[in-house]
Amino acid sequence: MTHPKKRIAAPVLCAGLAILLAACSNNNQQNSLEPKGPEAQKIDDLFIPILGVAIVIGVLVLGVTVYMAIRFRARPGRPDNPKQVHGHTVLEISWTIIPALILAVVAVPTVATIWDLAERPKGPDVLRVEVTGKQWWWEFQLPKQPLVPQATSAKYNAESPKGLVTTATELHIPVGVKVDVALNSGDMIHSFWVPELSGKKDVMPARTNRLTLEASKPGTFLGACAEYCGLSHADMRFRVIAEPMAKWKAWLAKISGPPAQPYEQGNEIYNLTTNTYKCTNCHIFNDAQAPNYGPNLTHFADRSTFAGGAYETNRKNLLRWVRDAPSMVAMASKDCRYPDTPKTICVGMPSFVKDTPRGEKKMTPEDAAKIVDFLLGEK
Amino acid sequence: MTTTTARAKVPATVAPPRGLLWRPKANSGFWSWWTTVDHKKIGILYGGLAMVFFLVAGIEALLIRLQLAGPNGTVLTASQYNTLFTMHGTTMVFLVGMPLATAFGNYLIPLQIGARDVAFPRLNMFGFWVFALGGVFLYSGFFLGGAPNGGWFGYTPLTSTPLTGGALPGHGPDFWAVGLVMLGIGSVTSGLNFVVTILNMRAPGMTLMRMPVFVWMMLVVAFLTVFAMPAVTAALIMVFFDRNFSTNFFVAAAGGDPLLYQHLFWLFGHPEVYILILPGMGIVSETLPVFARKPLFGRSVVIFSGIAIGFLGWGVWAHHMFATGLGPVAQTAFGLSTMLIAIPTGVKIFNWMGTVWGGSVKLNSPMLFSLGFIAMFTIGGLSGVTHSIVPADTQQTDTYYVVAHFHYVLFGGLVFAIFGGFYYWWPKVFGRLLDDRLGKVNFWLMLIGFNLTFFPMHISGLQGQPRRTYTYPADMGWDTMNFIATVGAFVIALSVLVFLINVFKTARNGEVAGADPWDGRTLEWSIPSPAPEYNFAEIPQIHSADDFWHRKYTEDEEGRLVRLPAGGSDDGATHGDGHGIHLPSPSYFPLILALGLPILGYAAVFKLPWLAVPGVIVLLFGVYAWAIEPGTAED
Repeated sequence: MTHPKKRIAAPVLCAGLAILLAACSNNNQQNSLEPKGPEAQKIDDLFIPILGVAIVIGVLVLGVTVYMAIRFRARPGRPDNPKQVHGHTVLEISWTIIPALILAVVAVPTVATIWDLAERPKGPDVLRVEVTGKQWWWEFQLPKQPLVPQATSAKYNAESPKGLVTTATELHIPVGVKVDVALNSGDMIHSFWVPELSGKKDVMPARTNRLTLEASKPGTFLGACAEYCGLSHADMRFRVIAEPMAKWKAWLAKISGPPAQPYEQGNEIYNLTTNTYKCTNCHIFNDAQAPNYGPNLTHFADRSTFAGGAYETNRKNLLRWVRDAPSMVAMASKDCRYPDTPKTICVGMPSFVKDTPRGEKKMTPEDAAKIVDFLLGEK
Repeated sequence: MTTTTARAKVPATVAPPRGLLWRPKANSGFWSWWTTVDHKKIGILYGGLAMVFFLVAGIEALLIRLQLAGPNGTVLTASQYNTLFTMHGTTMVFLVGMPLATAFGNYLIPLQIGARDVAFPRLNMFGFWVFALGGVFLYSGFFLGGAPNGGWFGYTPLTSTPLTGGALPGHGPDFWAVGLVMLGIGSVTSGLNFVVTILNMRAPGMTLMRMPVFVWMMLVVAFLTVFAMPAVTAALIMVFFDRNFSTNFFVAAAGGDPLLYQHLFWLFGHPEVYILILPGMGIVSETLPVFARKPLFGRSVVIFSGIAIGFLGWGVWAHHMFATGLGPVAQTAFGLSTMLIAIPTGVKIFNWMGTVWGGSVKLNSPMLFSLGFIAMFTIGGLSGVTHSIVPADTQQTDTYYVVAHFHYVLFGGLVFAIFGGFYYWWPKVFGRLLDDRLGKVNFWLMLIGFNLTFFPMHISGLQGQPRRTYTYPADMGWDTMNFIATVGAFVIALSVLVFLINVFKTARNGEVAGADPWDGRTLEWSIPSPAPEYNFAEIPQIHSADDFWHRKYTEDEEGRLVRLPAGGSDDGATHGDGHGIHLPSPSYFPLILALGLPILGYAAVFKLPWLAVPGVIVLLFGVYAWAIEPGTAED
């Protein structure tokens, strides 16, 4: 008779192999096992050998456990009075000391890497970016005139000759440049994580954490909030787009420039967004104003995704979004046109077709189309 | 001098005050379960209710897995999902893991140390009622304006932002904070009770080093509980005050610090991990020697490793916070201390293997679960070591890799040990054996289902799947892993179903066990099954560790087992009829006192000062009546 463990072993092993094969064959752009920059690479180089050692030890322990269960199992003809071994001092000391030695060996590169990664990048060729996590999207601020050789102090951004440009959801960086990311929170604790470029770092209220990342090659790297931050934590995503320097500079120049379309008192879109639906309670459409609670929409059409990266920027998605955002991403907001609405309970975007205050206008499809046309024109 | 204080505790001579208060008389039947102070009945109550919560939290897990079976799941809304993962974690830790360990401790500690009850029998029952009412209180949130939804860890400022702030909808965090404070009261009373019982009530001759390893581990757990609970209780009260009274403990803009909460929570939370796993380690330290027919290898080293884990467990809390920006000094310190704690843990695993090695291994249900424990816990331990590699942890933390890790520790570890313990001690508790064939089906289904569920999470986690997300997009390469995990979850559910069938099937016609069905080593097997109300007709005299075993066996000159002639050194004293042993009488007041707490809890959650009045009245009545009720029931 085959032993039950043996009968089970084959399918379990096959399943395990299938899982491992599946693991190796995918390209999801958010994979910590596929580092695309030096910081993520350092972590991977540290982790993989240690994982290897752990797997070897694990297989040994599991193997011996199964072996013992079979080899020493009680069966007819085998004496039932085993030798009563109470312990073995040399063995016990060795299986205390050997793991300690293995861990001591592991500790050396671990500690070295901790200090290495904690080092802030210095020098003129560092791009400094301000990141703010908000429920449930990411805001990015870049110096309009970055990489100025003489500006190396911590106050670099404040000293940036032309100030900062504010964008959301998509962060463009130049390839091969160290990016010194300053992390701030607008509300809760979030966590900034682009697995292919670096480990994660929490985004704490009233405290600035820092993280360094760099992309070795052009590409799009997906990021996500990794700390539970309420209702739509799952939809708080973003992407980092690494481009060659020239292309990146062109992008920066474009989003630093004036809005593509006129947005001023008197024109129809201004009236709709400021007076009728009060979009401007949270958003800005014109960089001249200070950034507000919601994403800056000035160069909105430049971004390939919106709503915390949950939806592709296209007409169909936007038409639904501007009228009834909570039906697409769970939100906890009340229409801003309620007279008693304090700012603090606007977590996310309200619906403009449900729970509309008495006497206010529900958003008509025609108005929505006008707003969407405008947004899609904001290149 | 060794401790020899075991005794019948309640003097029979106390005259009951006339008329005012009386003690219930029923020692059997339905109502006796409401007022009992018998540690064995209380143990069964703890175990039964904890298993009910195990099923509830299991159903929550199945719903979570259904939602995540494929990308863009629509089984649950974001809000429902957040509530379910919060309640799954909270329930499994506070309403399943801890009370199950308390169930085993309650039933077994007095039996294994040769005592007739715990030190404080009424306090014991109070602890149970607080657990029961605290659990009901937490779940009542589902019907009263929002169950907890801020995660079992409840990070601030998310949980501490006032209700009007809209960070979390509903009263969830209020129910959570108040409910956990309540459950903490129950845990601390049972912890204190165990400490005093173990230190003071051991049978004559049972020195500390002769105590069964399970009792040792429960002693460490009891100390950890007593010291860890205050940290989280303080944190929870601060959360509640921030939410309701604008105290700003965790409001950064007002000079508070949300990170302070994490330190307080994990200063409790990491010892809590050992509070959950050490009872499991204790259980397998009992089963492995019995079914390998060999003494525990390096017994004292296993005990000291447990103590070492208990101490070191206080020095590793910040490894839950490596991504919070602690700075490299703290990262180094806590990374190294985390590596350090792996050493005593590893020593235990090797000693258990040394116990089995060369034995005569009986592969029945309790042993299979115990071997499963060693294997699965080892995997969880090793992935735990990879968390101490701080830079790697910044990739792993808050991903499914961590979910895989702690389920290997707490399910692969604790739950496997608990099921092993069920199969092992069932005959002592209920007098009938569970069916071994169904037990094996239960084990193999659970082993396969468990690995199908949680092994793929290692991979999806490293591939970047964050945890606590109600859905995930389609093109991330996580679909296969998540689907396998969902299938596995249902295999686990099937294995639990087999266990329940086993329980119901054997309740009527299971094999009658007899006093010592496994050829056991510890004192509980020296008394009839189920254990009589008075436990020991005569308190045994202890001469060595595994004393009961040495009454049955000796070793020849080669160290092999030799059975002593029946009744050789057994004087038969333990089989008397227990006549004339006075046991503590049942009492109404543990329940009444405990009832005051949820009333105060609802007053706090809903800010209803008038409701606090009956709460305080019930509480005060319970305390005073407890103090002055007659010592025994009238005959």
